[in-house]
Amino acid sequence: MWHRVTSHLQWAAPPFLWLRSRWRKSLLLRITAFTFAASVVVLTVLGFSLLSKVSTGLMNTKEQSSVSEASAGHIEAQRVVEAADAAPTAPSPARLVDAVVANLASRSGSPAQFDVLLLAATPGQLLPERGTNLVSTSSIDPDLRLTLAQTRSQSWAYAPINYIDGTTVPGLIVGSPLRIPSLGEYDLFYLFPLTQEQQTLDLVRSSVLVTGALLLLLLTIIARIVTRVVVNPVRRAAHTATLLAEGHLSERMPVRGEDDLAQLATTFNDMAASLQLQIGQLEELSRVQQRFVSDVSHELRTPLTTIRMAADLMFENRERFDPTTARAAELLQTQLDRFEEMLNDLLEISRFDAGVAVLEIENFELEDLITRAIEIAEPMALRAGTPVELLVKSDSTSMSGDRRRIYRVVRNLLENAIEHGEGKSIEVSIAVDEHAAAITVRDQGVGLRPGEATLVFNRFWRADAARARTTGGTGLGLSIAFEDARLHGGWLEAWGQPGQGCCFRLTIPLVRDEMLSHSPLPLIPAGFEDDETVSATTTTGVHLDEVRLPPADAFRFGPKAGA
Amino acid sequence: MNPPAEHVSLGKVLVVDDDPALAEMLGIVLRQEGFTPSFCGNGAKAMDAFHAVQPDVVLLDVMLPGMNGIEICRAIRKESGVPIVMLTARSDTAEVVEGLESGADDYIVKPFKPKELVARLRVRVRQVEVVPAVELAIGDLVIDVKAHKVTRAGQMLSLTPLEFDLLACIARKPDQVFTRQELLHDVWGYQNAADTRLVNVHVQRLRSKVEHDPENPVYVLTIRGIGYKAGPA
Repeated sequence: MWHRVTSHLQWAAPPFLWLRSRWRKSLLLRITAFTFAASVVVLTVLGFSLLSKVSTGLMNTKEQSSVSEASAGHIEAQRVVEAADAAPTAPSPARLVDAVVANLASRSGSPAQFDVLLLAATPGQLLPERGTNLVSTSSIDPDLRLTLAQTRSQSWAYAPINYIDGTTVPGLIVGSPLRIPSLGEYDLFYLFPLTQEQQTLDLVRSSVLVTGALLLLLLTIIARIVTRVVVNPVRRAAHTATLLAEGHLSERMPVRGEDDLAQLATTFNDMAASLQLQIGQLEELSRVQQRFVSDVSHELRTPLTTIRMAADLMFENRERFDPTTARAAELLQTQLDRFEEMLNDLLEISRFDAGVAVLEIENFELEDLITRAIEIAEPMALRAGTPVELLVKSDSTSMSGDRRRIYRVVRNLLENAIEHGEGKSIEVSIAVDEHAAAITVRDQGVGLRPGEATLVFNRFWRADAARARTTGGTGLGLSIAFEDARLHGGWLEAWGQPGQGCCFRLTIPLVRDEMLSHSPLPLIPAGFEDDETVSATTTTGVHLDEVRLPPADAFRFGPKAGA
Repeated sequence: MNPPAEHVSLGKVLVVDDDPALAEMLGIVLRQEGFTPSFCGNGAKAMDAFHAVQPDVVLLDVMLPGMNGIEICRAIRKESGVPIVMLTARSDTAEVVEGLESGADDYIVKPFKPKELVARLRVRVRQVEVVPAVELAIGDLVIDVKAHKVTRAGQMLSLTPLEFDLLACIARKPDQVFTRQELLHDVWGYQNAADTRLVNVHVQRLRSKVEHDPENPVYVLTIRGIGYKAGPA
């Protein structure tokens, strides 16, 4: 049942609502999600700090080695220039510059660890400029040149190194001023490509990412597994409790080990066992009692048959007896009818109580059924001097239901109305719409006092204990009618006011198991609609437009329950 | 009430009941109504009594010591189609259906009025009827009303009187669909609404004898939601 409802919601609700409902219902989902989120935060912070430490360390080392290399190079360049200057034959400017650059490039080793650019400090002086390895002059940031021009001391900056063939690599550029006496002010640039450092950093970054993702996955899985271990027994307990509540009293939880969860299962099972025992005892008691009522009723039948036949024989021959004996024979006959009726009613009630009463559904015309019930009740109505009127308030009166039971309900209501109607007219109304069929029986008799509308369906209940029964009913008629209505999933309700008569309404759903929400006929007669003292009894379901009363089950255990 | 003359008996009734008081009372009532009752108080001796009495109708209590009513019913049906009316304390149990399926024609629920009982018995022992047609037919099924015989393609079929009445009733008006209540009135003699299981069970029994395939009947057709009808001739 519980599972079906949940899956139904899943289909009906939009995905967002479904997710929200899952979120609220699943502890497992919540804990897993929390663990995931916390792990993401922690791993991100750890990853970033690790990366920044590694990259700072790498760069610092590179910077130190680069700057000292550049300084060494500068001294070498200075030496070459000074040597050229001191030579007896001064080389041409282009050769001098070539010599400097070649000298510096030879320090670079193979493969080259850096490139060199020797540029005139002031552009546009038409001085020879040189570089190594196709390095482009566009690599030099104007800002760096500006700084050099201003400070005339060693400066460095991180900037991409461009080559003439179009490739670019990240690099560290160290610039220092170089004075060539024969030519003028030059700027000497050392360009250190950071390719290797970049590769190292990339490797570290991807390692951190992969490790982080794996850790995240692992943590989430661990959280899920751990939660499962704890949540599963709780879920099993909930599921078992649901099954128990549905009546599967032999359901138990599996017990494993001796930990807290095992203790939960053990306690739970003890509770279920005690519950099962008590319910079993109650059921047995109730079964024995019902069986007894049924057996008594049946055992009584054989002697009753003999008595019945004997009484009938005497009744047929009563004119041969003296008047006193003849009257006795008459009384015997009528009271035997009543006795028999009571026996049948008791048996019927015991059938309801035992839950063996079943519906035999067929299609029929409600109007025909009611007409016949009124015809059968006519002799009784005539004796009471009560006119009975039938009002058909819908075009069609076709319906489906248990014909015998509905007939019995109507007969009981009619007999009740005639008995308490004080000879005033009785109005029977019927109507069938697409959902339900309704019958109301309205009398103008003594009516009901406030609160009595709930009691009329109690077994053997009498409005006034002192008042004699005139028609000799069994006192079970309305209780049986009530059970018949309930078996159909319908309503049997009563309304009454002192001196204003009563109205009983039977409402039967046309589709089995369909919850009734309305009745085609009003229960409260015209003119009494705003009556505050109104009271009514519903048999099944919630009936919002009437006063809420104890559930029908309150009436199951005999007359004392409602009193 | 005028008790009929002694020699005009309506028929012999075998009462099988273990309750002596009820049996005696039944005897008084039956004699008064012109039947000739015989008694048997023990289920085990019921068949001997049946052979000795050769009754026109058997009144059988379902709950009996020795051999229960259902078994007696079966035993009688093996050798005879004699009408059987069951006495039962419960109408709502499987007991009734079981009794009908084992061959009882009708049942009556305790406590009953003498008139009810007599009416049930009278219907079962009536022999002479007003016969509007001497020979009826549904296809190759020929019903000789006067001789109380049914043949299918010339072959004799053995039906109980009740089954015969049921078949004849349906065959008499081949165009009419009979409701269960109509059949209960015409065949069982019920004036008011009665248990439709009587009809259902006996139609099944009848079909098992006259139809080639009782699952797909051609002589006695079910009209869903209404009742039964003779098959096309």
